[in-house]
Amino acid sequence: MRKYEVMFIIRPDVSEEDVDKVVAQMENAVTLNGGKIEKVDKMGRRRLAYRVARCREGLYVLFTLEGTGDTVKELERRLKVSDAVIKFLTVRIDEELERAEKWKALRAKQAVRKPKSPAPATPAAEVQPIPVKE
Amino acid sequence: MSPRRGASRQGDRSAKPAGAQSGPRKQYFRRRRVCKFCDEKLDVIDYKDVKVIGQFVSERGKILPRRLTGTCSPHQRLLAVAIKRARNIAFLPFAAAL
Repeated sequence: MRKYEVMFIIRPDVSEEDVDKVVAQMENAVTLNGGKIEKVDKMGRRRLAYRVARCREGLYVLFTLEGTGDTVKELERRLKVSDAVIKFLTVRIDEELERAEKWKALRAKQAVRKPKSPAPATPAAEVQPIPVKE
Repeated sequence: MSPRRGASRQGDRSAKPAGAQSGPRKQYFRRRRVCKFCDEKLDVIDYKDVKVIGQFVSERGKILPRRLTGTCSPHQRLLAVAIKRARNIAFLPFAAAL
């Protein structure tokens, strides 16, 4: 299972009930295809940086979900078919999150090492394996 | 590009004597030595925060080069990806009219 972020833009002239309907429909598309929705964030109305389908504004919705390639494929197909959705973007985020974790860990390590660096070099090599055992 | 660089240099020079009065100097903030992302310890450059990403885009919508912003090379690469994603979802323009 991979983690994805799917963001899509709904036309500004769609009524609120219809927006909820579209969002529910898309949530369904995910859960029916072996995916799990983690978060649905309606980011609200925003000005678009350029015109999309003759619209200057759009309603942004963000899904954070867990699923396979097939889940995303089906969701994207639905988004494409839907008239209310004018644009969407899928980003795979699990690798990015992992990398961020790694950097964070590296920095924590460095922060630990820095105050110790004036001490003799040989004990430093012994100190390091201990956090690994934990 | 080169006229802008020249202008920023001139701006710096003229700003020093006049800066004591009230120099906002907002346009020439780009001379930055340290990478903003290293400095603030941001590991993920998110395409969604336009406020951060927008600082690294020219008025024309182009990605600013490293030599102007001081961004380090790993972060510049992440930043470029983030900006391109932001363009795709209409957060940032592909080409902005002046």
